[in-house]
Amino acid sequence: MAENHPVGFQWVIEAREKNKATVIHVDPRFTRTSAMADIWVPLRCGSDIVFLGGLIHYVLENEKYFREYVVHYTNAPTLLREDFRDTEDLDGFFSGWDAEKKLYDPTTWLYEGSPEKGALFGGPLPKVEKDQQQAGHEKRGIVGPGQTAETAKQDFTLRHPRCVFQVLKKHFARYTPEMVEQCCGVPKELFQKVAEAYCSASGPDKTAAICYALGWTQHSKGVQIIRAASILQMLLGNMGRPGGGIMALRGHASIQGSTDVATLYDILPGYLPTPIFNRDARSLKDYITYNKAKTGVWSDFDKYIISFLKAYYGDSATAENDFCFDYLPRVTGDHSHFGFWLDMADGKVEGLFLMGQNPGVGGPNARLERKALAKLKWLVVRDMVEVEPASFWYKSPEVERGELSPETVATEVFLFPASGVSEKAGTFTNTQRLLQFHEKGGDPPGDSTSDTWFMVHLGRRLKAKAAADPRPRNAPLNALKWDYSVAGKDAEPKVEEVLQEINGWTTADHRLISGSSELQADGSTACGTWIYSGCYPEPGRNRPNERQSRDLYGHGWGFAWPSDRRILYNRASARPDGKPWSERKKLVWWDEQQRQWTGLDVPDFYRDKPPDYKPPEGAVGAAGIGGDQPFILHPDGVAWLFVSAGLKDGPLPTHYEPLESPLPNPLYKGSNSDPAAMKRERPDNPYARSPGDPSFPYVLSTYRLTEHHTAGGMSRTLSHLAELQPELFCEVSPELASEIGLKHGAFATITSPRGIVEARVMVTNRLKPLSVEGRSIHQIGIPFHFGTNGLVTGDSANDLLPISEEPNVRIMEAKALVCDITPGRRPRGKAALEFLARKMEAA
Amino acid sequence: MSTATNLQGHSGQTTAFLTDSTLCIGCKACEVACKEWNGVSADGFDWSGFSYDNTGAVGHSTWRHVKFVEGNPQPGFGGNAGEAISWEFSSDVCKHCEVAGCLEACPTGAITRMEFGAVYVQPDVCNGCSYCVVACPFGVVQKNVEDGRAFKCTFCSDRQRVGLEPACAKACPTQSIKFGEINQFRNEAQDRLQELKARGIEDATVYDPQDTSVGGIHSIFLVRGDPRTYNLPPKPEVPTIYLKDGWRSAGIAAGMMVVAGLAAFLSTPAKNGKRLEGAGR
Ligand code: SF4
Ligand code: SF4
Repeated sequence: MAENHPVGFQWVIEAREKNKATVIHVDPRFTRTSAMADIWVPLRCGSDIVFLGGLIHYVLENEKYFREYVVHYTNAPTLLREDFRDTEDLDGFFSGWDAEKKLYDPTTWLYEGSPEKGALFGGPLPKVEKDQQQAGHEKRGIVGPGQTAETAKQDFTLRHPRCVFQVLKKHFARYTPEMVEQCCGVPKELFQKVAEAYCSASGPDKTAAICYALGWTQHSKGVQIIRAASILQMLLGNMGRPGGGIMALRGHASIQGSTDVATLYDILPGYLPTPIFNRDARSLKDYITYNKAKTGVWSDFDKYIISFLKAYYGDSATAENDFCFDYLPRVTGDHSHFGFWLDMADGKVEGLFLMGQNPGVGGPNARLERKALAKLKWLVVRDMVEVEPASFWYKSPEVERGELSPETVATEVFLFPASGVSEKAGTFTNTQRLLQFHEKGGDPPGDSTSDTWFMVHLGRRLKAKAAADPRPRNAPLNALKWDYSVAGKDAEPKVEEVLQEINGWTTADHRLISGSSELQADGSTACGTWIYSGCYPEPGRNRPNERQSRDLYGHGWGFAWPSDRRILYNRASARPDGKPWSERKKLVWWDEQQRQWTGLDVPDFYRDKPPDYKPPEGAVGAAGIGGDQPFILHPDGVAWLFVSAGLKDGPLPTHYEPLESPLPNPLYKGSNSDPAAMKRERPDNPYARSPGDPSFPYVLSTYRLTEHHTAGGMSRTLSHLAELQPELFCEVSPELASEIGLKHGAFATITSPRGIVEARVMVTNRLKPLSVEGRSIHQIGIPFHFGTNGLVTGDSANDLLPISEEPNVRIMEAKALVCDITPGRRPRGKAALEFLARKMEAA
Repeated sequence: MSTATNLQGHSGQTTAFLTDSTLCIGCKACEVACKEWNGVSADGFDWSGFSYDNTGAVGHSTWRHVKFVEGNPQPGFGGNAGEAISWEFSSDVCKHCEVAGCLEACPTGAITRMEFGAVYVQPDVCNGCSYCVVACPFGVVQKNVEDGRAFKCTFCSDRQRVGLEPACAKACPTQSIKFGEINQFRNEAQDRLQELKARGIEDATVYDPQDTSVGGIHSIFLVRGDPRTYNLPPKPEVPTIYLKDGWRSAGIAAGMMVVAGLAAFLSTPAKNGKRLEGAGR
């Protein structure tokens, strides 16, 4: 966190200094964060679930869990179906595994008594392709109406062998300190120290927080690593309470915003699932039936989607035409970054817009990604500098190696200068879901324009073309509402208008609405992103631009979605009876006199629902959530230790080795790596043998440095940043260095089945070999910022990575793979390819 | 108080930096903010191999410099695990000495004492003679051979004049660099020292030499271990104390040699002559 989020890390320092908080840093390398921590835990790359599972095991075995919280606020008491089988029973598989399709049927993971999803449609679900089923971020669809407290059976003593609590206990029984030592390389004593420190920081008057970043995400089982962390937080009562929670440290200033107001293929703004062809896409009615929950916040699904369609299509969207639902694109396959990039490599993609993205450096198997660009007819790159994808055709390792040449690449490349952040107005959404507006600081140089300018004017031109050509294929464009006004000499759109559209308004008189509770399902409201609703509640009131912080939680500074709540699920900060768990950790509580929830934050709950409210039988919507059920996004109102629907690789996290690993899985013989993860193995995306390929004996992990920004377009081009880390280096332990003759400051060549790079050697005690399963495992660290352009250049470490897809969100495994390292510089030109080919032959 | 306070050039000012290295996360924001504000150029794209430090030392083109020291395990926070190592970061800067060697040595009057106590090299007067370079007991001021003149930290006098704190202090995310009133900082540093010791960080020290001919500095440091590790000499002296009536010129030569020797002994390797060794030393 100190490395990549130095500004946010000030709060960790403040907690350490003012509150005497203990800072624990778990990382294979000793980084700037480790230097500031009380405890540093080096562990083997990709063994995180064993480490977290060890903590879960410790909490359960030693009865350190927050019992009242667990009983009331999680699904620990809920009974599972009799036919559910755990990975511990089936040697690494949960019940429902289809070995042929390599995919789970999650039916047996449902709560006992939950109707199966097909029941919604009165029969089995329509079958769709695996690629479509893997559409990652759609979660609602699988949360059937049965997942409510109403149908679920519970045992509040937590003793029933089929209750989630007991299943959890059994599942993690083998995650002992010995297993942690054996698999992660973390000595038992060190593990014990962490477990004690962490548990002692949790309870009614204490909370502990977990921060993670791509070191957890970029794994073939990344989602499950984070799930393991959330199980730990639920057991210790650290969710929905001040100082608790799990913080995803996002990679860019507004990555949170880009997921919220979606840039991903499988979600529409506000986490509404993109309809999947042939499944829930046949009609708006089907789509709503499939995705609407019976109780909780998602029971208003129809209001969100119809208001969204009204924002997109305006007056064209009517009840008669399903509010233009048919014009929304469908998921027909894997359209994730990797899906379409592989399609591109296969010549199936004609054109591409790259806006502020540099996959020529930052993408896994960057070699494949660069070469795929040569298969396009046209490529539009919008960036502040000429990033590598814009120059792949005349300046790239592929050109040097004779794989591509300017004479033969037919791709027409358009490079547009884009303005920087300070040269345009707009909002950021940070990891705390806080929207902050920034004004334009000055004009961009030359012809540079903002992305909003580009999109609005492109949309105008496309619409003008479509208007002149009324063929049915142009109907969606002709229906699209695109009336953004522009002003000034550059005809710049007013971004505040976009923010107002995101906030929402009434369609009849264009009155801005105050929040998502005003949304309607009859077309009388339009709202671009329901979760952001309330950010612009009245003319002239741009809440993200407010800068008068009134209290500790920063109310008055920016706007945290939803409804300016600074801590999600904060009803959990009070006991079931509505009183705070403790004076020290009070946040929101039930005010008996006023008969409403009140406190230091905006209550994330139904304001006037008393703590003792019990939903009557058959209650739907908000009425179906009890007064002591804080997790209102879930139809059953509680946090999920066991996720019975919504995940592709299992209801519980369990340890699998990385797709490429030096070691066999110590837990299961049947499945070395996550069976649902997709390797996308093919000749241009090969893998080492796993476990234990002798040709690639070392573990490799990529990372970023404070001094550079991701793919480097914004740092390698600036002298004041470039000079701080001017060259690609790799970090190795003194032990590895002496074992194979690597010299500090000299060059080394690193190879993987995908690529070959050279880097300066940094021999440092900050890396150390780990003793794992009786062997010494060497780990090598390498930053991935370098490429062919800019003031400082170097090989791209991402050339070494495979394209792989975690099954839920389709992220690649960048933090744990295998490689070889040898002293000396890499071969030049064609010889590099020959070197690689020989290496693969030997393997 | 040192008698040196009576010598010419005493600032009479009380503004100062307090750089608390135990709060420094090594982000180099101070270094970059300084260069950006003051329009200082980059000084080459050379990978040094000295841990994460690639700018070497304070010099004509690096007025704030963050040093990275990989060392042995130390008790207290910061890699305290027995088997772990320590990694210290510390941001160095001009000390704006009460009795400034550079100012005393400058024959052209280019170096002057400004308001706020800043020791300032006037670029339009400096002729590049480099007397100041050898006269600085901290190895701070340096000649830019391409430009021909000497440069160093200005105490952000231009910012101070309009009520802003120096750019480095402004940019520091963890308040490792603070800017304020020296007497308050002296108390604060002592309090912090006691607190750190109470937390088991026995090797913390406040660097604030007062009983030397330098007569006090306006950049107080709180570091762990031997201050010399961070380019902070135990007893900095102004070369002019070696001057005696009638032996003036001989004294200058001798003093310069002593200081040059001292500087060579203490400073990190020069940017050009970078040594390559294990970063983990
Ligand atoms: S530290 Fe050196 S350059 Fe700075 S004022 Fe003192 S003598 Fe002059
Ligand atoms: S800005 Fe502050 S934390 Fe960052 S390197 Fe400089 S002194 Fe250290």
